[in-house]
Amino acid sequence: MLDMNRHLQIRRTPGYFALKQDVEDFLYRETELLDERRFEEWLELFAEDLVYFMPMRRNVRHGYHEDDENTKEGQGISWLEEDKWTLTKRVEQIRTGIHWAEEPLSRICHIVTGVLLMDAKPDVVNANEVVVRSRFLIYQNRGETENYTLIGKRTDTLRGVETGHGPDWRIARREIILDQNVLLAKNLTAFF
Amino acid sequence: MTTAQSIDQMVDLQRGTIARTIFSDEVIYREEQEKLFTRAWLMVGHESLIPKPGDYFLTRMGAESAILCRDKQGVIHVFLNSCRHKGMRVLRYEQGNTPAFTCPYHRWTFGTDGRLQTVPQFKELYEGHMNPDEWSLVEVAKLVNYKGSIWATWDKEAPGFIDYLGSAKAHLDEALNHRDGREGGSECIGVHKWIFGANWKFPSENFAGDMYHAVSHQSVEMVGIGPSAQAGVKERRDDELLNARLLHVSSTEGHGVISGLLPENSPHKPTFQGNPEIQAYAEKCYHERKQRLGDKARLVGLTGTIFPNTSYHARQPRSLVVWHPHSPTQTEAWRFFLVDADSPPAVKDMLRRYYMRYSGPAGMTEQDDMENWYYATEATKGAIASRYPFNYQLSLGVYRSDDVMPGNISPQTTEEMARGFYRAWSSYMKDEDWSHLLGHHLPKKMLNDNP
Ligand code: FES
Ligand SMILES: [Fe+2]
Repeated sequence: MLDMNRHLQIRRTPGYFALKQDVEDFLYRETELLDERRFEEWLELFAEDLVYFMPMRRNVRHGYHEDDENTKEGQGISWLEEDKWTLTKRVEQIRTGIHWAEEPLSRICHIVTGVLLMDAKPDVVNANEVVVRSRFLIYQNRGETENYTLIGKRTDTLRGVETGHGPDWRIARREIILDQNVLLAKNLTAFF
Repeated sequence: MTTAQSIDQMVDLQRGTIARTIFSDEVIYREEQEKLFTRAWLMVGHESLIPKPGDYFLTRMGAESAILCRDKQGVIHVFLNSCRHKGMRVLRYEQGNTPAFTCPYHRWTFGTDGRLQTVPQFKELYEGHMNPDEWSLVEVAKLVNYKGSIWATWDKEAPGFIDYLGSAKAHLDEALNHRDGREGGSECIGVHKWIFGANWKFPSENFAGDMYHAVSHQSVEMVGIGPSAQAGVKERRDDELLNARLLHVSSTEGHGVISGLLPENSPHKPTFQGNPEIQAYAEKCYHERKQRLGDKARLVGLTGTIFPNTSYHARQPRSLVVWHPHSPTQTEAWRFFLVDADSPPAVKDMLRRYYMRYSGPAGMTEQDDMENWYYATEATKGAIASRYPFNYQLSLGVYRSDDVMPGNISPQTTEEMARGFYRAWSSYMKDEDWSHLLGHHLPKKMLNDNP
């Protein structure tokens, strides 16, 4: 579970709102790249040591959610436990033009909302690492009538970097909580 | 209501055609539930999911919810997950440990051995006219722990599991035995569950040995995701069968498998080249297996389907999957991933990552299969489309019985395993007796019968 205290300890100064807006901007730019199928540019938003993790969610007895509800990173099987190499392979596979699960390409729309800054290091004004929480709704439409709606939460760790265009963020860690038990989609080809 | 005659018209194996309607018709689906899933052996889980007394794992048998558990004495049971009072699920958690199954509706409580233990206000409301011993959870007729995998059947007349497996046994063993050749020893490290819009028979027949669909997976071969991909090998798995003779085995019981038979004294081919530690471990297992099994080590498993709906990947990746019917046009897949329980942590870690990128709904290989099964199922519904049967004529009649190994073995890419699958399917749908279901009446086709 996320430590809400860390979020509450950050004072709501102008510096906080400036940082929040900057991070939101970054997340919206990411959805734009994905929805416009600019997958190679999307990959550039990730750090080389990326951890991209989507657990499965299980039905557990009350009181056991913290320990057992989600499958765990580094152990056993989850929906996704990726690094930058595997994400790159996924993009390469789509680009073969014969990855039938995404050929022809799906129409996908990402809606990201509920952005919360959970942490900023060393502080909001000089932040070079932030932890940001968000809600997502991914609408996927395929072929003529196939529809999937994937809804959940993400927790990202973003790292500040210098680029040719000035300062920017790179996603070093993304944890995706998809709010389904038995997956109600034939495939997870959409990126989260 | 289907008749034996209508089944024979729909499944014409002389000609090699199958009516599309069996993949989406409501009546056929209902009859499959009644005639097939009530009799066949079905896989329900793995012993490593319930190691201790009181452990349970929520499972399915066909389209129905079931409980796999271990009672206080350590005995394994499989029950229908439905209260005997008014049907509420007595188990609603996926996995864990419990002293008993308590129904949320009126709180009847069943022991982990299935016995009805307590009924609220029994004395006042039931005593004298209700016998609790008659209202235990509904238990399967037979159950087996086969090398760690647990199978069950509702039919007390069903043959023992080994007889049921018939000639598929040696091949299924390839998935269940230790990489170093010891019996069993696997551990289930997780279960993917997902629903896709296809009839359950599509994936089942596909895994019985459709070697003709390699084109479906060309994209993943091109980018390379196998255990040697990081060393530059562009494949989805290490090709352990490169110089092997491929065995396409259809067993009369309805199972179909693909395995390879390596040439005598073939040298070890490096695998898992992405990581030297794991490569060395795989090589060590290879040599130990050879030493342990001798000539039998030449058999290398690939995929197979144990009739009706359990399939396996024997080596890379390694898993068992049950294609549960969910509706005529929906399948609920449960994929159980396996590793050797005593393999080093680095090996387990590499394998689980490989499994996730290969299999399941996020698996770069399996995704393309689902796309095919989805749209193929859709094409079984049309009034015009359903006048035209599917073609099952690939290598029709080209096989020999008990050649090299037991079973009907084809020397080339074939749909013989699919034909065998539907021969068994027809037999169940016609309510035939077990000797027919197992195909024991079928003539063998020997060497000199060949065309
Ligand atoms: S339905 Fe279970 S106790 Fe009534
Ligand atoms: Fe396939």
